[in-house]
Amino acid sequence: MNQLEIHNLAKFYGTKKVLKDISFTVRDGEFVSILGPSGSGKSTLFQMIGGITKPSSGTIYLNGKNINGKRGHISYTPQSASLLPWRTVLENVVLGQEIAGKKDLEKARKMIKRAGLEGFEEAYPHELSGGMKQRVSFIRSMMSPQSLILLDEPFSALDEFTRLDMQQWLLPIWEEHKKSILFVTHNIEEALFLSDRIIVFSSRPTTIKQEFSLPFPRPRDRKILLTDEFLHWKRKIYQSLSGDESEQLSK
Amino acid sequence: MNVVLKGWRPILVLILLIIAWEISCRLFNIPGWLLPAPTEIVQEMVSGWSNYNGHLLATIKLIIIGFLIGSSVGIFIAVCLHLVPFLRQAFYPILIISQNIPIIVLAPLLVIWFGFGMLPKIIVITLVCFFPITVSLLDGFRQTDRDLLHYMQMAGATKRQIFWKLEWPYALPSLFSGLKISATYSVMGAVISEWLGASKGIGVYMTLASSSFRTDRVFVAIMVIIILSLLFFLFILFLEKRIIRWKTGEEGNAYESA
Repeated sequence: MNQLEIHNLAKFYGTKKVLKDISFTVRDGEFVSILGPSGSGKSTLFQMIGGITKPSSGTIYLNGKNINGKRGHISYTPQSASLLPWRTVLENVVLGQEIAGKKDLEKARKMIKRAGLEGFEEAYPHELSGGMKQRVSFIRSMMSPQSLILLDEPFSALDEFTRLDMQQWLLPIWEEHKKSILFVTHNIEEALFLSDRIIVFSSRPTTIKQEFSLPFPRPRDRKILLTDEFLHWKRKIYQSLSGDESEQLSK
Repeated sequence: MNVVLKGWRPILVLILLIIAWEISCRLFNIPGWLLPAPTEIVQEMVSGWSNYNGHLLATIKLIIIGFLIGSSVGIFIAVCLHLVPFLRQAFYPILIISQNIPIIVLAPLLVIWFGFGMLPKIIVITLVCFFPITVSLLDGFRQTDRDLLHYMQMAGATKRQIFWKLEWPYALPSLFSGLKISATYSVMGAVISEWLGASKGIGVYMTLASSSFRTDRVFVAIMVIIILSLLFFLFILFLEKRIIRWKTGEEGNAYESA
């Protein structure tokens, strides 16, 4: 079943076109990455899916229902970990549930333990490292009642080692819970390692350039990063992305 | 401990100034009604305690009542202006104009309208108190983190949830900077309001002292006002430290800015 369906979405501010002809789907339990240069209107897209900005034209369906301009249907994880600094880890994790109405502290404790943050339940965000904050932010989304999670470059502020750790940490937890994820990144390797499908965006006005379905089986291991097949895909996507640049240069 | 270590320079300057004052008073034989020496002031402060403790209590009571009412009004106005954009546009400029009217000019009018009772005095304190609180709290609301706001909105939070779970706690540090300013202002406001006409209070004590050329007592009043302001300020600081525990060490966190 197609969970998220986006039809001919466009957004312009005045005469400035930010997004046009965006159509794609995210199936139930699927991990889809959006790969594109920075400033390619990805945050605008997320704001439209999240219902805080209305599209200029086009429709967004979630489970068959039109959710244009409607809030509360997705769980969003911004680029910065965005934890409430006056709440402990545990209280932050249940925030999404609290907004929806009921919290399950038992489950939250279990999730925190599963995420490797045992003993930090009562810690405040300023006592955590960047990677730990992102983990808390991610399990907050996992605990939220919404079945679609939007991740907006969640690892971009982390160093390379932490980033690799986080990717490996994220996959098993996601596989257990089978929520759909729409993931924005500008890191090709990250997109390849994590996703079922990759959608490549062009820069302004943003359109979909190409879509790739990846053949790598799950559960995934870090070893695939060095296989020939992985490198072949990396080249393919790199060419798709950089074609954009040469086009722009010739203009 | 840290405060004492860091604060030794201003304390040293203060002590030197007082010593210079004391020496020049003695050296030039300045009469007490013109400028009393610091030792004379301290002496009067100790021996005259029974003369002014009643005044002191009355002023403290007035400060506390005035500050509580003034800050409640300040918080109430800030919340209203924040939640209703129309009110904000309509009233914010008027608020600023209200601060350009000197309290000293307004005070006699308040006496004409409301008499010599408690009410005009509380109005004066409220007028000096509410503004710093309203302005800083409004600023705090406005600076609410955009990412967090988007997160809450997309998760379907109601306006009420956003206010109580995000905006209010986020603005608390700003509220406290407003409260700290207002705390010291309220002491000043109380003394000014007592000049209008009151039977008791440090303001009254001061007027009586200056009209009878008891300059030493005027200085005692000044000292008392300084001490009161400081104590009040420290009390708010203490409350802030107790309530806003999450702030500690945030600036030192390298990940925060990344």
